[in-house]
Amino acid sequence: MEHFIALVTKPDNVPIVAILFLIPYFIWLSYRQARQTDKTGVPSDAHLNDKVYVWPYLCRNEFICAIIVMLVLGVWSIMIDAPLEEPSDPTKTPNPSKAPWYFLALQEMLVYFDPWIAGVVLPGLIIAGLIAIPYIDTNPKGKGYYTIKERPFALSVFCFGFIILWIVLMVVGTFLRGPGWNFFAPWEAWDPHLVVPLTNVNLSYLFGIRDANTANFFGFVVVAGYFALGPIVYLWKRNTSDFLQELGLVRYIVVSFLFLTMLALPIKMILRIFFNVKYIWVSPWFNV
Amino acid sequence: MNEERKGLKEKITNSDIWRSIFRHGYENTGRRYTLQILQNVWLHLHPPRISRHALNFRFTWCMGGITFLMFLVTAVTGVLLMFYYRPTAEYAFHDVQYLEFDIPFGMLLRNMHRWAAHGMVISVMLHMFRVFLTGSYKKPREFNWAVGVILLLVTFFLSFTGYLLPWDQLAFWAVTVGTNMARATPVLGHEGPFAPSDITQSNDVRFALLAGTIVGPSTLLRFYILHCVAVPLLASALMALHFWRVRKDGGISGPL
Ligand code: HEM
Repeated sequence: MEHFIALVTKPDNVPIVAILFLIPYFIWLSYRQARQTDKTGVPSDAHLNDKVYVWPYLCRNEFICAIIVMLVLGVWSIMIDAPLEEPSDPTKTPNPSKAPWYFLALQEMLVYFDPWIAGVVLPGLIIAGLIAIPYIDTNPKGKGYYTIKERPFALSVFCFGFIILWIVLMVVGTFLRGPGWNFFAPWEAWDPHLVVPLTNVNLSYLFGIRDANTANFFGFVVVAGYFALGPIVYLWKRNTSDFLQELGLVRYIVVSFLFLTMLALPIKMILRIFFNVKYIWVSPWFNV
Repeated sequence: MNEERKGLKEKITNSDIWRSIFRHGYENTGRRYTLQILQNVWLHLHPPRISRHALNFRFTWCMGGITFLMFLVTAVTGVLLMFYYRPTAEYAFHDVQYLEFDIPFGMLLRNMHRWAAHGMVISVMLHMFRVFLTGSYKKPREFNWAVGVILLLVTFFLSFTGYLLPWDQLAFWAVTVGTNMARATPVLGHEGPFAPSDITQSNDVRFALLAGTIVGPSTLLRFYILHCVAVPLLASALMALHFWRVRKDGGISGPL
C-alpha cells in the first residue's frame, strides 16, 4: 500500500490524479445538459442565441479564466517540485521503465500486441481514424449542443475509445504496472523478482492444431473472417437499413474497418486474460 | 450624496492632470466595444460579437483557451530556461541542477514550465473530448477538427521531446522506452515485419529519430532543437490556422 501511495503522490503523476477527477466532472457536466436536451427535445442552450459584444463579455470571461488557471498553476508550481533523478546512465535500466504518462495506454497495448501493431499500426490508425471522424459521421443532428439520444452510436464508440481504451489504460499503466510490467493491485507490494509463468498458448494450439503451416492458415482465416464481418453485415443489411444506405459503401468500409480494429484490442485483452491466448495468427513474417 | 459624488468625479476627470494621462473618456457604446476588439493587436482575432451561449463555461469548458494559455506559459518560461541550459551530455544535467539550487526562482521556473506542459496535455485531451461531445466537428468544421488532431500530436511531441532534456534517469529511460517501438515499424524499422535486408539498426526510422542506435548526446541535441525551435514554430503556425478557421467556420458552434 505504501508504494502505491508513493506512486500516486509522485510529482509526475499529478496530471493522472487530476484527470481522475476532471474526466468524471466533465462527464457529469455534459450529461446534465444532454439529459435536458433529450427530455425537452430542444438544445439546452437554444434560448441563448442572441449576439453579445466580445468586449467586454467574452474578454472578461477569458481574463477571469486565465487568472484562475494561473493561480492553480502557481500554487501547483510552488507546492510540487519537478522531479530530477540521478544523471542518466545507459547501463542502469530501471524496472519498470515507463514512457511519459500520456503514452502509457500505448505501452499498455504492448502487453497484448507485438510492437509493430501496438506501437506503429494502431497509433497510426488512431490518428487516421480521428481525422476521418467528421467525414464518416454523416448524422447532421447534435451539432453544437450536448445530446445522447440524437447520436447514440457515435457517442458510445468515441467514449468507449477515449475513456476506456485511452484514459483507463493510461491509469492502469501508471498505477498498476510494476516490475517486469506485471500487474500489481494497489495493496500488493512490488516484487522485482516476481516471475509470472508464461503459460500463454496460441489460438491455433487451443484448437488442437500443432502443425505450423496449418496454424498459419488457421490464423489467416480467423483474422480475415473477423474483418470480413464488415462486408458480411453490409451484404446482409444493405437493403433494409436506412443507416447503411445513408452511409454509402466507401464510408461503410472505413467505419467498419476502424470499428473492428478498435474492438480487436478489448477482444485480444479478454482472450489473453481469461484464455491465456498469446497469438491469434502466427505466420513466418509477423504475429498477430 | 449622489449628486455630490458625480460632481467630484467630474472635477477629477476634468482636471489637467487626469486629462494629460487619459486622452478621452470611455463611452459604453457598441461602436466603442467593436473598436476595442478591432484596434487591439492581441484581441483582433476575435469577432466583434459572438453568440451568447458561447460564453458559457459549461459549453466549451474553456479548454481550447486554457490549452493556448498553457502554450504561452511554456513559451515564456521555456525561453527563460534556455538562458541556463546547454544541450550537451556533459552539461545538461548539471545545468538543471544549477538552475534548481543556485538561480533565484530557478526551481519555480522549471516547475512552471513542466507543470504547464503537463497541463497543456491534459487540457488538449479534454478540449478534444468536448469538441466531440458537442458534435462541433460536423460540417463546416471538418477541416478544423483535422487541424486539431495534428495539434494534438504536436502537443504530445512537444512534451515528449522536452521530457529528455533534464538528462536524468527518468528522462533517458522514458525516451528510450517511448522510441523503442519505432524499431518494429513495418518495412522501415530493422525489427519490423517486411524489413528489407539493408535496413539495419543504423539506418532505420528509429535511427533518424535518435541520431544514433541508442539515446545519446546527439539525441539530446536533436530533441533540443526540435523542442525549442522546430515544433513550437509548427505548433504556432497550426494554432494560427486553427483559430482563424474557428472564426471563418462561423465562430463557436451552437444549437442554431
Ligand atoms: C494546441 C492545441 C489546441 C488549441 C490551442 C486549441 C484552441 C482552440 C480554441 C481556443 C477554440 C475555441 C473554442 C474553445 O475554446 O473550445 C477551439 C475550437 C475548436 N477546436 Fe481546438 N485547440 C487545440 C486542439 C484541438 C484538437 C486536438 C481538436 C480536435 C481533435 C480541436 C478541434 C477544435 C474544433 C473542431 C473547434 C471548433 C469548436 C466549435 O466550434 O465549437 N482543437 N480550439
